[in-house]
Amino acid sequence: MTEYPEQTIGEPLLDTPKFATRHVNVFYGDKQAIFDASLDIGNNEVVALIGPSGCGKSTWLRCLNRMNDGIEICRVEGDLRLDGEDIYDRRMDPVLLRARVGMVFQKPNPFPKSIYDNVAYGPKLHGLARNRAELDEIVETSLRRAGLWNEVRDRLDAPGTGLSGGQQQRLCIARSIAVGPEVILMDEPASALDPIATAIIEELIDELRVNYSIAIVTHSMQQAARVSQRTAYFHMGRIVEVGDTRQIFTNPRHPLTENYITGKFG
Amino acid sequence: MNKQSEIVRQSLKRRYRKERRFRVLGLTAVSVGFLFLGFLLGDIVNKALPAFSSTEIRLSLPMDRGRLGLPDDSGIDAQMLSQVDWQGLIRKSLRQQFPELRKRKQKKQLYKLVSSGAEFELRDRVAAHPEWIGGPAREFWLKADDDVDTWYKLETRVSRISPLQSEILETLERDGRLRSVFNIGLFTHGDSREPEMAGIRGALAGSFWTLLVTLLLTLPIGIAAALYLEEFAPRNRFTDFIEVNINNLAAVPSIVFGLLGLAVFINFFGLPRSAPLVGGLVLALMTLPTIIISARAAIKSVPPSIKEAAYGLGASRMQVVFHHVLPLSMPGILTGAIIGMAQALGETAPLLMIGMVAFIVDIPQGIFDSATVLPVQIYLWSDSPERAFTALTSATILVLLGFLAIMNALAIFLRKHFERRW
Repeated sequence: MTEYPEQTIGEPLLDTPKFATRHVNVFYGDKQAIFDASLDIGNNEVVALIGPSGCGKSTWLRCLNRMNDGIEICRVEGDLRLDGEDIYDRRMDPVLLRARVGMVFQKPNPFPKSIYDNVAYGPKLHGLARNRAELDEIVETSLRRAGLWNEVRDRLDAPGTGLSGGQQQRLCIARSIAVGPEVILMDEPASALDPIATAIIEELIDELRVNYSIAIVTHSMQQAARVSQRTAYFHMGRIVEVGDTRQIFTNPRHPLTENYITGKFG
Repeated sequence: MNKQSEIVRQSLKRRYRKERRFRVLGLTAVSVGFLFLGFLLGDIVNKALPAFSSTEIRLSLPMDRGRLGLPDDSGIDAQMLSQVDWQGLIRKSLRQQFPELRKRKQKKQLYKLVSSGAEFELRDRVAAHPEWIGGPAREFWLKADDDVDTWYKLETRVSRISPLQSEILETLERDGRLRSVFNIGLFTHGDSREPEMAGIRGALAGSFWTLLVTLLLTLPIGIAAALYLEEFAPRNRFTDFIEVNINNLAAVPSIVFGLLGLAVFINFFGLPRSAPLVGGLVLALMTLPTIIISARAAIKSVPPSIKEAAYGLGASRMQVVFHHVLPLSMPGILTGAIIGMAQALGETAPLLMIGMVAFIVDIPQGIFDSATVLPVQIYLWSDSPERAFTALTSATILVLLGFLAIMNALAIFLRKHFERRW
């Protein structure tokens, strides 16, 4: 059985990261889920997190916007900094953090409201629009950036839940963009969608990179190869290897990484 | 077919026969249930029908000022009309119809045919039409006594109607001076010792005020408690203890709440006895556990994915609860509330304990006036000896059942209408 490397192989850390995480340990009660993980997310880049099921990718992702706060038995240790600020500091308001770090979930979860109200909810919550006209503008921009505007422009009052799966997921992306985050976290956003919808989402991620920094968890290696610039390989709660996406997939440096990529397990 | 399939085929006959027997059993049980229900409803409706109509006698009464005893020139006000001897006029008219009756005993029997409340009804009717005074004599349909009512509807010998009265009534009928009309008084009058004058308006008003107090108390407190327990409270032994107690309270016999109301609200706090305020407080205590339990179930059924989405956008916990959880669980909460209210509407025992069981004639105008409620009214009337009260009791039962049916139908409609597809 191949040993874990003592330190993550490759380049997990960056000089000027958007998000810097060092020595992160996560516990669910007595069970430890993540072991001494350090990884940076750079500005305007897409980082893909790959690895077998249950290896801690989603857990790590949810630490970044403190969604694990809602789970009582979950304990997070380590140094996580957004633009240099410690996000687990007592003075950091998780509500503000989540306005800066948005999240798109695996299964599309639009609110049972109209398309317009779905996208407008975030801006209204944070008071980002002073009047109806500004709100309309935010909604349109977000829907355009999510690649959904042309399909729904004439039925903004239709219920969000009436859209197809792929459209719903794009609606969820538009919804999180509307808040104006700096980082978007995506937890297997296309795993519940058919291939065509998946392709649309992947194209979208590439376009979003212009304005946002993105971390995406994916089970599909092909997807990671298509959309990301850097890739991190997780194995049983440890980050084994991090590097340039092309290098990881053509020339992995650690045997565990190589086994996963070539399909020996996971 | 191989050996196993052959065995399956042979067992099929037995299995189908078993299923058919079970289905027949089920259908029989349901039919028997419906049959009993039919009997019950049929019996109640049959008994109640007489209460919905009242018998009236037509008499001609003079309207000129002289015979009414009113001064010639002055205006007419309510007090002056109260001074008029309406009963005397009614009796005179009766004598004019039957001049052959000379003896005192006979005349007494004649007078008893008209209800004792007829003079007051007459006064009120004339007060509403002061232009009639000074004009020609008018024909009035006046309420007959409840014994006449019973005689007319049942068409059998009624022991309280003497042979002479029978003859008189038959004559009136032949002359077209006896008729049956819809008893609007059932809904517009309050309670009365005379069954023909009695109505459920007082009980309806009492039920309304009591349920209003109950609703205004249980809905906010119940929803807030359920929200707190589901969304805000930490999970520890103390909250478990609270949950167990709420479930237990839902099973406590309702009369115990009446005793509590008597001891605490009336004796300790000195609130007025028989008031809808106290009745509402007692019923609120009784309904609260039910509402909390159903509200919690509704709140639990909101999918966590919606809450995660809201948290992910930067909503605080209060905002997640009030923007998403509460609106989405509202249909379930409302359904539970309506069912709870329907239960409270039919409660008798706790209200008896706090004194809402008196004979109250005036219609309660607010939550501090003495009142009674529909089920208690049923109980009171079922105690009375006059035959006509049987019909009134059954009619009130129908009204109560009608309200309960409407409330339950409303609950079902709300549930269906707001069912969400996630």
